[in-house]
Amino acid sequence: MTDDAAAARSPGARGPRRLRDAFPASELDPGRLLERFGLLIAWGIVVAVFGALRPDTFLTTANFSTIFGSQAVLVLLTLGLLIPLTAGDYDLSIAGVLSLSAMILAVLNAQDGWSIGPAIVVALAAGAGVGAVNGLFVIVFGVDSFIVTLGTGTVMQGLVLWISHSNTITGVSSSLVNAVFGIDFLSIPLAFYYGLGLCVVLWLVLEYTALGRRLLFVGRGRRVARLSGLNVSRLRWGALIAGGLVSAGAGVVYAGTTGGADPTSGGSFLLPAFAAAFLGATTIVPGRFNPWGTLAAVYFLVTGITGLTILGAESYVQQLFYGGALVFAVALSQITRRRELRDADAA
Amino acid sequence: MIDGDGSTDAATAAPSPAAEPALVELRNLSKTFGRTTVLKGVSLEVRPREIHGLLGQNGSGKSTLIKILAGFHEPDEGGELRIRGEPVRLPLRPGQFRALGISFVHQDLALIPTLSVAENLAVGRLARSERRVVRLSGERRRARAVFERYGIDIDPRAQVARLSSTDRALLAIVRAVEELRETAVARAGANVPEDDAGGAPTLLVLDEPTAFLPRTGVELLFGLVRSIAARGAGVLFVTHDLDEALELTDRTTVLFNGAVAGTVGTRSTSHRQLVELIVGRRLELLEPEPERQRHDQPAVSLQHVSDQVLQDVSFDVHRGEIVGVASIVGAGSEEIPYAIFGASPSATGTVVVDGRAYDVARLTPARAIEAGMALIPAERARDGSIGTLSVADNVTMLTLDDYERAGFLRRRGLVRGAARLGERFDVRPNDPRMPYTSLSGGNQQKVVLAKWFETRPSFLLLHEPTQGVDVGARHQIYQLIRDAAAAGTAVLCASTDYEQLALLCDRVLVLARGRLFRELTGTQLTKERITAECLAALTGSSLEQAREPA
Repeated sequence: MTDDAAAARSPGARGPRRLRDAFPASELDPGRLLERFGLLIAWGIVVAVFGALRPDTFLTTANFSTIFGSQAVLVLLTLGLLIPLTAGDYDLSIAGVLSLSAMILAVLNAQDGWSIGPAIVVALAAGAGVGAVNGLFVIVFGVDSFIVTLGTGTVMQGLVLWISHSNTITGVSSSLVNAVFGIDFLSIPLAFYYGLGLCVVLWLVLEYTALGRRLLFVGRGRRVARLSGLNVSRLRWGALIAGGLVSAGAGVVYAGTTGGADPTSGGSFLLPAFAAAFLGATTIVPGRFNPWGTLAAVYFLVTGITGLTILGAESYVQQLFYGGALVFAVALSQITRRRELRDADAA
Repeated sequence: MIDGDGSTDAATAAPSPAAEPALVELRNLSKTFGRTTVLKGVSLEVRPREIHGLLGQNGSGKSTLIKILAGFHEPDEGGELRIRGEPVRLPLRPGQFRALGISFVHQDLALIPTLSVAENLAVGRLARSERRVVRLSGERRRARAVFERYGIDIDPRAQVARLSSTDRALLAIVRAVEELRETAVARAGANVPEDDAGGAPTLLVLDEPTAFLPRTGVELLFGLVRSIAARGAGVLFVTHDLDEALELTDRTTVLFNGAVAGTVGTRSTSHRQLVELIVGRRLELLEPEPERQRHDQPAVSLQHVSDQVLQDVSFDVHRGEIVGVASIVGAGSEEIPYAIFGASPSATGTVVVDGRAYDVARLTPARAIEAGMALIPAERARDGSIGTLSVADNVTMLTLDDYERAGFLRRRGLVRGAARLGERFDVRPNDPRMPYTSLSGGNQQKVVLAKWFETRPSFLLLHEPTQGVDVGARHQIYQLIRDAAAAGTAVLCASTDYEQLALLCDRVLVLARGRLFRELTGTQLTKERITAECLAALTGSSLEQAREPA
């Protein structure tokens, strides 16, 4: 009796049935909304604060053009990482793959005189190949993905130093440079739109296809997925290959952005990618690695770093920001999970 | 005798050593989360040497009550707690229960599997100890002495991960009692004799300690609990299992919808009376079903199925028939569903479903599903469902393709489909977007059934289909299984709950040492007969091989 009365008073119990169908009470809860869009709000605040402090340098088209364009590589790389993470596997080799793909492209195109098309194909194939090798060790030999990809990532860095003789190679085809960074659309380099496009594609695949659901099932409950008839090995392997392929794509864009490849800088993308992936998992669809959250996280972090740099901070601020964000994001998702457990407990 | 307002009236009707004051007395405890009241004026007392059962469906308030004692939840104003007659201020601080002489053993036991028995036993003391050097030989000696005192045979040097589930449970309980005794000794500042009541704990709370134990283990555990109570402690025994409550406890308090439905003297209460208290209504559906029409041609045939335990097992299951397989734990019955579903790597043999033969060695779960099989595993949280995802995600896992149009999932259709299933399988509350883990055990299991029934299996494999499910939902699940059989599905049910097999099955096969041993039908299908046959399989040389793997 009292239960019924309580239920009748609770929000969402009244109102037309269809509205309730579309938005269950839990999703209209202000706390939930804040959680979903908290990072976007934080981003807005960061922009407002830096805008107020340095209106003439921060609030300029050129600055935003730089922010959006320069981070396309990180966006692509993090989206690539998202695929194996969704399927429950770490991939620490993504930065090595990025370096490798950029370097293969530079060596073939700038040094050996290949035309740009075949060079890109080989670079991408190399990335997919690394993913396949990762999968071989993870799935066939049953080694933990963290360890395997830590190893293969380092092997890639070594290969890059080898094929480049530790030199920076410049002079890749200007058609690639143009297609990535030379041409602007709405004052933002095309590279940004590649990231945006991949984000849309991944979002559709992960949220609106059976394949995406199955990847999620494998990542969240491997035994359940296997007993439910999913081909867990093939899905995990496929995710690692797709991750390698997208990371190699990020390498191609990187080569286009810098006009060449240097043997060491790929490594500096690894931690930012993980930070963005985990921070992204606390927003838009909290508790789940998701493309839009990732996009928001990348640009939130970069805006903060750019703003601080404009205020006069030096390059150490990057490490502080990315490292801090990773730890903060993982801690935040732990707190969320604990709270959900308690809510479930109370119900 | 049954009084909704509290335990005091009912208590007078129960046999009791009423002269002594209660060890622990809870009075008028309530707890509200937001607008929901989950405990409504609950009163309960545990006397010295009493084993007090706490029964109730999931969501009846049992765990909230326990968590108030553990200092995890704050009760509403107005509740009282007395320990040995002394009032204690509520809310309790987390961890304060130790100083009050209360100890908890939860279902997960909180042992460290990679450490040895002796180390696990010493964990609490080592954490408090000022000493830096630990002498393992001393710990082992101490462990041996403790086990001897309780009449338990566990090797202190063994790694906990290698113990049987029974030994792990015994170890956790002994550790809980010993830690309390040691704190009491430390506080008294002197050497309290080992059997002195002054060192005895006030209250030992056992939260579903038997959930995953074989029957033999349950008996050992009961023996230990009785000896602990005999030394002067009170025991609060939280369980789902009526038979266990009837067998072990002196009095039982039943919670229904957050209030005390009654506190009864267990000896003077029948199984049926307890069930009615638990479900809050009179039951008529406890009788076995009348004989169903049985289809004659076998739908399923197992031929020479073997694995590490099973040896050359062959039998048929007819359309519409429910066949039970029983054995003591480790003798093979629980292997069969996984072996023929392609989920057990070492299995060999042939299984024929709907006229097509499949090589068991080459079967995978995916092929088994294509062949028309469905497996509902015992370990729901590990094998049956993904707790971090929503109910809708879980229930549509096998039928995603049905919700795809032009390569894309229709998300609304999916949620609507899940809601329809929820209604058909009476999942409460029926909100497909809820996280799966926020459902009670019984409703979780209904979701798993709905998920698999949607594939319209011609051969349904069940392993402990009502494990961790409350009484009300249990009968609904029986009905769902019977309905599936009536629609022509062949059903195989492996269970160590012999009462369930007797109630549900048309035929029960008993296994001994991995081989078929006996077939029971008709009037032979009683709990007692199945139990007897399972134990009869355990004779002489078979005992060694059929033991629970350590």
